[in-house]
Amino acid sequence: MDEEPEILFGIYCPPHPQPLLSPDENSGYRKLRDSFELCKSRIEESGADIILVYSTTWPSIVGHQIQAHPNPTWTHVDDDFHYLGSMPYSFKIDTEFANKYMECCKERGLHSRTVSYDGFPIDTGSIVALKLLNPENKIPACIVSSNMYANRAETIVLGKAARDAIKSQKKKAVVVVVSSLSNRMFTEHIDPSEDRIHSAKDDEWNKKILEFFGDGRLEDISQLSRDIHNQIRVSKVVAYKPAWWLAATMGQHNNYDGEVLAYEALHGSGGAVIMLTPSKGSVGDKEFDEDDVEYYHGDREVLSKEII
Amino acid sequence: MSKGEIVLGCLAPHPPHVVYAENPEQNEAFAEGGWETLRWGYHRLARKLKNIDYDAMVIFTPHWQTYIGTHFLGLPKFKSKSVDPVFPNLFRYNYDISVDVDLAEEMRSAAAEAGIITKMMRNPDFRVDYGTITSCHMLNPEWDKPIVTISSNRNAHYYSAEVMNEQAGALGEACAKAIENSGKKVVLISSHSLSHRHFVTESPLPEDMSREHIYNHSQYVWDMKLVELMREGKMREVIDIIPEFTEQTIAETEAGGLTWMMAAMGFPEFSAEIYGYQSVIGTGNLIAAWDPNSKTREIVL
Ligand SMILES: [Fe+2]
Repeated sequence: MDEEPEILFGIYCPPHPQPLLSPDENSGYRKLRDSFELCKSRIEESGADIILVYSTTWPSIVGHQIQAHPNPTWTHVDDDFHYLGSMPYSFKIDTEFANKYMECCKERGLHSRTVSYDGFPIDTGSIVALKLLNPENKIPACIVSSNMYANRAETIVLGKAARDAIKSQKKKAVVVVVSSLSNRMFTEHIDPSEDRIHSAKDDEWNKKILEFFGDGRLEDISQLSRDIHNQIRVSKVVAYKPAWWLAATMGQHNNYDGEVLAYEALHGSGGAVIMLTPSKGSVGDKEFDEDDVEYYHGDREVLSKEII
Repeated sequence: MSKGEIVLGCLAPHPPHVVYAENPEQNEAFAEGGWETLRWGYHRLARKLKNIDYDAMVIFTPHWQTYIGTHFLGLPKFKSKSVDPVFPNLFRYNYDISVDVDLAEEMRSAAAEAGIITKMMRNPDFRVDYGTITSCHMLNPEWDKPIVTISSNRNAHYYSAEVMNEQAGALGEACAKAIENSGKKVVLISSHSLSHRHFVTESPLPEDMSREHIYNHSQYVWDMKLVELMREGKMREVIDIIPEFTEQTIAETEAGGLTWMMAAMGFPEFSAEIYGYQSVIGTGNLIAAWDPNSKTREIVL
C-alpha cells in the first residue's frame, strides 16, 4: 500500500479580523483569539514543516491559484472592517511546495497556476490565520484559493492534489481551512459587546456541525456540505466548499480527535476554532450518497454540438 | 449657488484586460493589444468627456464589496499599487487618486437620511479597487478630475436581486439629491459587465483574440435584449427586468450599479449612446452613456 502523507492535524478557523484587530471588544473575540494562540503553540510543538491554508475569502476564476511569492509583504485593509485598523503582513511562503501543488493539480486534471507578484492582495482570512497561527513565520506556509465556480468534484480533487503534494515532498503538514460556519452577518453596524449569532436557526445548525466536528466526523460533514450550504450560507458562491477540501486533503474518513476550542459570533456570523487530529477508531460513517472522484474532467459538455 | 447636476451617466465595464491592452505607464504588465472594440469605444467616450464641463466622477464599483452598508471613500488622496486578485498577470497598476471628500460626505449624509446604512472609509492604507481604477482610467486616462468611489452593498447575496434593486435605487435617488445640493457637475459611472460567466482557463497569450468569444449564446441574447431596450430609451423597463437578467446571466448587475445610476438619473426615456460591446474572457461588456443634454446627445453606434 502507498505510504500516506503526514498530516499532523487540521484547523478550521474564521476569516473575520476581530480576533486579530479587536480581541478585547467582546469576550467571544478574546476566546477566539486565545484559541488561535493555543493552535499556534500546538503548531510550534508539532514539528510541522508546512502550513497549508485554503481560504474561502480568496476567490479565483482562472483555475486554482496558489501563492508562491517567497515573501509577500503588504499592509492590508478589510473592505468592511477598515475602521478596525490595518493589517501589515510579511509571510514566508514555501515556493517549492507551491510549485509542486500546482503540478499535482495539473496531474489530476485541474487548471491551476501559482501567483508571485509584489503587492498581490492576500485576503483577509489568510492574513488573520497566518498572523495568528504563525506570527513569527517559524514555519513556511502556502495558500490556495477557492475557485468561484468550482463545485464538489473539483474541490475534492483539489484536496487530493494537496495530499499528493504533501506526500511527494515528504512534508509534515498542518492544514488550515479559513471559513465561517453560518456566514450571515448583521447588515448594520453593531456595538461589538452586543454581538451574537444572527439567528437561532444559524446557531442551531452551527452547533449541530460542531457536534460532528467534536466527534471527529469530518467526512460526514463533507457529505453534508450541500445541506449546510442551503441552510446557513448566504449565496455568495455556488457551494459550501471548505469541508470538501479539508476532508479530501485529510484522507476522507471520520477518524479524528475533534476539539472545538471556541465557537463565537463575529458580527452575526458563526466563528469557530476547531482542531482535528488523526486518530484510530471511527464513529460509524454515514451513508455516502455522492461518488468519490479522483480526476477532474472539466465541464460536462451537455450541450455539445455532437448531441445537437 | 446654482443647482448641481448629473451631466453624463456611463456604463463602463472594468475587465482589467482593457487597461492591460493599452500599456499605460502605470501598469507593470505588457500586452500586444487586444479587445479593440471595447478600447476604441472607450477612447471615443473619453473624447466626449473632454468636451463636457464637470467637477467630479462618482463611481459605483462591484469590487469594493461591503455587507455592512454602503461605504464611501473618505480621504482626499490614495496612492498605492492595485494588483488584480484574479488577473495579477495582467494588472499591477500604480495609482495616485484624488477624492472629492466633500461630495462623498454629502452623498453619505443624504443616503443616511434616506435610511441607508452608511460608512465613510478613512483608513489611509486602504487599496482602491481595480474596478474603480479600470473604469476611471479608460474614461479619463489623465486622472485630472477627483473621484468618489461608492462600495456595492451585496444585498443580492443576503436577500434577493429584487431587494438589491430597491436599495440601489434608493441610494441613487439619495446621491442625486446630494449632487443637486452640492452645486457640482458630476459624471456618474456604473462600473460592470453585463453577462458575467467567465471561462475558468486563460489562453497562454491572454490577448490572443482568436480565443475570445462570449461564454454561451444565451448570455449574448440577453445582453442584446438589454442593448435594444437601452437604444429605445426604456430604462425603467431595463431596471424592472434586472433581477431576472442578473439571475439568468450571472450578470455583474448583481452589485446594483446600473440601478443606482438609472435611479439617480430619473430612469431616462431617451436613447443611450452605444460605444461598443465585446466579450472578455467570456463575459459580455457594453460601453454606453446617457447624455441628459439633447443638444449633445449622439447616435454613436
Ligand atoms: Fe468585475
